[in-house]
Amino acid sequence: MTELSALPGVAKRLPAWLGPVVILGLAYGVVPLIGSSYLYEAILTPFLALSLAALGLNILTGYTGQVSLGTAAFMAVGAYAAYNLNLRAGLPLLLDIVLAGFAAVVVGIIFGLPSLRLRGFYLAVSTLAAQFFVQWVLTKFSWFSNDSTSGVIDAPSLHFFGYSFDNAVGRYLFALTIVTVLTALAVRLIRSQTGRNFIAVRDNEIAAKVIGVPVIKTKLLAFAVSSFIIGVAGVIWAFAYLRTVEPAGFNLDRSFQILFIIIIGGLGSIRGAYVGAALIVVFPLVLSRVGEFLLGGLFDSGVLDMSQRIVLGALIIGFLIAEPDGLVALLSGTTRRFRWRGRNLQSASI
Amino acid sequence: MSLIKNLRALVLPAALTLGLAVPVLSLATPAAADEQYFPLQSYRVGPYAAGGTGFFGGFIDYLNLINIRDGGVNGVKLTWDECETQYEVERGVECYERQKAHPGAAAWNPLSVGIAYAMIDRVTADKVPLITINHGRTDSTDGRVFPYVFPLLLNPYSETSGIINYIASREGGIDNLKGKKIVVLYHGSPYGKETIPIYELLAQKYGFQVQQIEVPHPGNEQQSQWLTIRRAKPDFVVLRGWGVMNPVALKTAQKVGFPADHIVGNVWSNSEEDVIPAGDAAKGYVAITTQASGSQHPVLQEIVKTVYDKGLGNLEDKKRIGSVYHNLGIVNGILNVEAIRIAQEKFGHRTLSGDEVRWGFEHLKLDPARVEALGAKDLFHSINVTWDNHEGNGLVTFQQWDGTKWKVVSDWIAPDWALLRPIIEKSSAAYAAEHGIKIRTAGDDVIN
Repeated sequence: MTELSALPGVAKRLPAWLGPVVILGLAYGVVPLIGSSYLYEAILTPFLALSLAALGLNILTGYTGQVSLGTAAFMAVGAYAAYNLNLRAGLPLLLDIVLAGFAAVVVGIIFGLPSLRLRGFYLAVSTLAAQFFVQWVLTKFSWFSNDSTSGVIDAPSLHFFGYSFDNAVGRYLFALTIVTVLTALAVRLIRSQTGRNFIAVRDNEIAAKVIGVPVIKTKLLAFAVSSFIIGVAGVIWAFAYLRTVEPAGFNLDRSFQILFIIIIGGLGSIRGAYVGAALIVVFPLVLSRVGEFLLGGLFDSGVLDMSQRIVLGALIIGFLIAEPDGLVALLSGTTRRFRWRGRNLQSASI
Repeated sequence: MSLIKNLRALVLPAALTLGLAVPVLSLATPAAADEQYFPLQSYRVGPYAAGGTGFFGGFIDYLNLINIRDGGVNGVKLTWDECETQYEVERGVECYERQKAHPGAAAWNPLSVGIAYAMIDRVTADKVPLITINHGRTDSTDGRVFPYVFPLLLNPYSETSGIINYIASREGGIDNLKGKKIVVLYHGSPYGKETIPIYELLAQKYGFQVQQIEVPHPGNEQQSQWLTIRRAKPDFVVLRGWGVMNPVALKTAQKVGFPADHIVGNVWSNSEEDVIPAGDAAKGYVAITTQASGSQHPVLQEIVKTVYDKGLGNLEDKKRIGSVYHNLGIVNGILNVEAIRIAQEKFGHRTLSGDEVRWGFEHLKLDPARVEALGAKDLFHSINVTWDNHEGNGLVTFQQWDGTKWKVVSDWIAPDWALLRPIIEKSSAAYAAEHGIKIRTAGDDVIN
């Protein structure tokens, strides 16, 4: 979707909305009917949560060019804010989630301020501070976890408008709906003037300033939007997937995981977040199921786990050699080659 | 041509769905009528592999012993499979969802506080017991609120009380604690912080001074903490560590001149893996345990004879047979198997449901005579789990590292349960209120 100059279609184009509508139709209409609870609880819900977090990071890093290593911290802010709002204010869950997103926005803007002066690795280091600071605050002040002795909180049950979403499919639909809405908003934003400002700042900050893009505002807005989405992703991760949270669950490893999702999926691409999450989150599970199914009796689980890592690592290296711009570029490249071949055939026949 | 583009968008989800559906279906093999299954969320790689391989090795060795020697429990064969968690919560959750599809699950044993927390709601909904031996959430001791969670033998509060009682016995009686000074050096994690309030409470009650010092995770640098300790000149230091923090603590203590025999380790600072890397500095170090180490116990001898001599042993390094984690795994195996045996006497010699095994755990009474009959005399003392006490009044003992092995240096010591119970009930009542749980008033009302 970042192909700014899409090749002019030769044949009749299917309408652009068809793809997303079909996917949503499948996700809402078919998937809830066919899967086991394993599919929803262990694969689709974490996939959706991390895809959304990656989408948020992609707006900041992929579109606006601001490297961040604090993703997990903003997820943690969202999750703990939603927990405390629910516990102390007793607001409806939907409002909780929106306010939790805004809590992440506040923290995101504060830690986005250094981006006005710093770039590249230096900015990465300053967002690293967010990662450690947030985790420290949540561990240090037991108020955030309602003075639970071990600092672990339990997610509340999911209720909306009198409906309970407290089962495998319900939690999946809950996550799916939030992810769909936020993705649609993100797509709209990217295609607006603001989205073009993001890209201008990424590509050349000085040139952007010259043509009148408000750089400071744009950068802070990118931090705000990104943090909001990541914060909500944190709520899904905590409430719909794990249903328990401890600060250590949002550590630096998680931040790196999400950064790798967008690097492998494709920087500056909405689909990249989903494709990358599929590779990083879902593919290891498939690999591990297949490995266990084929070789489970022969080796102990530690050996199996190590060999899966080797396979996954080799695959990632292979993908990145084949296409450094990520899986999305790899996919578009493949289809483009088909297109060229089609065009050549056509011109040959003329 | 753009059809391809649109098709492409469909391929990924479709492939994912298919790719997942196939293994899901193929794994759901029907269980034979006489099998009882243990889903093992083990960890054999990652930073805590030493604990994982020892514990799950011992657990599997014991299950193997029962299968080979007795042909299972009353003819019901024990089966298991492993799912690697690396001690990470989300991997543990994934394993839970994966393994629960297997029929005939007896009990879950994740050996991880984080994973156990994430499973409490799930096991309660699915009605299969969750065993957190020697760790876990303290207030899950209250079976009235947590019917499916069992912190067997020793919860963190009892451990604290046991350590203080031991220090009192070193000082010549509980009255002599007055005016003494104890420093608690704890791991900066949920696990490490769990006992902060209870040390404060015991300090007030017995009149000793307590100073609690945090070591940030992972704890491989403790110079400033130990300099603080040297200034404070405590009578004892309690080491509430985990992983690499323990050997570093012992080494740094030696550097600042604090005697190792006045450091008392808690139940996750008591293994060979904690002291061997510290070398000389660990000599004389004392740690609490619920199960003695060593391979001289009859049940271990049988495991060596029946399992290891046939090449079926789970530990790769035979030198680890009888180590602290291996023996904990064996004790865990004994408790799980005996719970099944007890439940079978009520429900019949067949594959039991999770709820029936839960009944077995709630009637898990092993007095010292029964423990001796199981070949575990002196390995652990006894247990008496009831419907409202899911810990089961385990006794603790203390062991001292002599440079090559652990030596038991105390009798079996009882924690002060009467003192702790009201605190536990207060905490579990708060949990029940927050989650809208109806508190059980009698033992058997959950079975249906």
